[in-house]
Amino acid sequence: MALLDIRNLSVDFDTNDGTVSAVSDVSLSVAPGATLAIVGESGSGKSQTAFAALGLLARNGRATGSVMFDGQEILNAPLSVLNRIRAAEIAMVFQDPMTSLNPYMRVSDQMAEVLTQHKGMSKRDAVAASVRMLDAVKIPDAKARVRLYPHEFSGGMRQRVMIAMSLLARPQLLIADEPTTALDVTVQAQIMHLFAELQQEFGMAVLLITHDLGVVAGFCEEVLVMYGGRIMEQAPTDPLFETPSHPYTRGLLKAIPRVDVATHALDTIPGSPPNMLHPPAGCPFEPRCRWAGEDCRAAVPPLDRFAPGRSRACIRKPEELT
Amino acid sequence: MFNFILKRLAVAVPTLLILIILSYVLMHAAPGGPFTQERAVPPEIMANLEAKYGLNQPLWKQILTYVTDVTTRFDFGPSFVYKDRSVNEIIAQGFPITLTYGTISFVVAVLAGCTLGVLAAVYHNSWLDYLAVGISVGAQVLPNFVMAPILVLVFTLWLGWLPGGGWQGGEWQFLVMPVIALSTSFMASIARITRSSMLEVLNANHIRTARAKGLPTRRVILRHALKPALLPVISYLGPAFVTMITGSVVIDMFFSTGGIGLFFVNAALNRDYSVMMGITILVGGLTIIFNLVVDILYAWIDPKIRY
Repeated sequence: MALLDIRNLSVDFDTNDGTVSAVSDVSLSVAPGATLAIVGESGSGKSQTAFAALGLLARNGRATGSVMFDGQEILNAPLSVLNRIRAAEIAMVFQDPMTSLNPYMRVSDQMAEVLTQHKGMSKRDAVAASVRMLDAVKIPDAKARVRLYPHEFSGGMRQRVMIAMSLLARPQLLIADEPTTALDVTVQAQIMHLFAELQQEFGMAVLLITHDLGVVAGFCEEVLVMYGGRIMEQAPTDPLFETPSHPYTRGLLKAIPRVDVATHALDTIPGSPPNMLHPPAGCPFEPRCRWAGEDCRAAVPPLDRFAPGRSRACIRKPEELT
Repeated sequence: MFNFILKRLAVAVPTLLILIILSYVLMHAAPGGPFTQERAVPPEIMANLEAKYGLNQPLWKQILTYVTDVTTRFDFGPSFVYKDRSVNEIIAQGFPITLTYGTISFVVAVLAGCTLGVLAAVYHNSWLDYLAVGISVGAQVLPNFVMAPILVLVFTLWLGWLPGGGWQGGEWQFLVMPVIALSTSFMASIARITRSSMLEVLNANHIRTARAKGLPTRRVILRHALKPALLPVISYLGPAFVTMITGSVVIDMFFSTGGIGLFFVNAALNRDYSVMMGITILVGGLTIIFNLVVDILYAWIDPKIRY
């Protein structure tokens, strides 16, 4: 049975200019111990999918559909239900560790409250457990540094603190929302390496949200590509990289800079993401797609399973995309 | 931190000195003097009077004498108008009164204002929010010189619950109306500032983290959001506290409380130079002290601020 099972999730935001549909009809599932990546550019709805699952949407957000965790419906569940699952069963690591950690609290206090809240530990034991977890994420001199404030750590170390905090209550699922985006490239590699190690060690499932296909390659078993709030393509990682079946995925893969091939300019996808206040009637990628035609504007292409474990939302056949 | 406090106190000395000189010069620049009366005083008597209080000296020498007296003997001089009383006595008599009702008003304003502001922000766009905003707008637009007579009308004349004025050593019946009249507008400002800064903090990333940790809403608000939300409130509270404890002429007049607010205004009207200077220095000194307190509180709340 899937650990997390999201069915037909849609997320809308009421704004002064109208309703913005951030996520439309997204379904995905994560098995225990599995690693799934959601890839997409800014505004593709990948983060909102995760926020909606945990009830962390902004005040003006509304979510419909179903999110089952361990067989229990948690979408729009009462706070008392959500609070038993947050951090204890599903933990989150956020993008920018400077602003996501509380700048006004010592690391020890921020970490310990996860355990005092969910495991009923004493403050003293909770701090000791926090120090052990900081050791596990390889923060040197953790015993002394647990007393520091977030601004006294470097960016990479801060993200390690965030990761350690998320793992404290041994969650079954870790949602990492762009965990390396705010970091230097060298530090990015270290953090992803750390994720891989921790995933081995603790065996939790990981849902990695990123705009960087490069980050995905070495870490996730399965990839889900999102665009304009919809799933464009879903595939195991290797086949996705070898034979991308959706025009958008192809564009994304081409846009990865390579150091081993001499080129004049980086390939880009022309145009910009759709304004979700007025989403296109048909395929959301149609305005930027090389292969688009009148038929693409007619209706949203359904997500079709065309090979074992592989789905795509495009009315052109893969062999037509040349 | 300790060095910072010492430095700030060292800066306070020249600041106060400049304050004294400026007030002194301004006071003397205004036409008329403490002994100007409607009936002309014979010039000889005037000369005698001025000699007695040292007003015939050049201005710089008067200031020098004044500063010396204040700093060496803590003597603010005799009142020019109340012939048998010194400024020290007037302040000693009036300041405890303003300090009492001012401090109580301050506590009431802070507790009520912060509570209203936090509730309004947490229940943003609900009836509670609108009620809190309504109360604070109402309290803001009712100046205390309107508030005070309305209070007297309702509680003294109609209901007969409270005495219309007086002090009686600060018994509670005499405190209720001055405290209400003085605290409402401050409470309104505090509520407004707390609400808007709390709304901002509640949208911060670290609050989302706190919620993602499965903490109860109470803990998210009190432990994670309140401290940063109070920063702008605290910078408002320093000057506000000084304003409240140095009295309000409106309160002292309407409720005959006998605080220094009324003395200050009367001193200005009567050209009672020494009383004016004394209260000016008191207010100036307190302002410097409480701005320092605000800075210290800031450093306590925000660990990134280290002096």
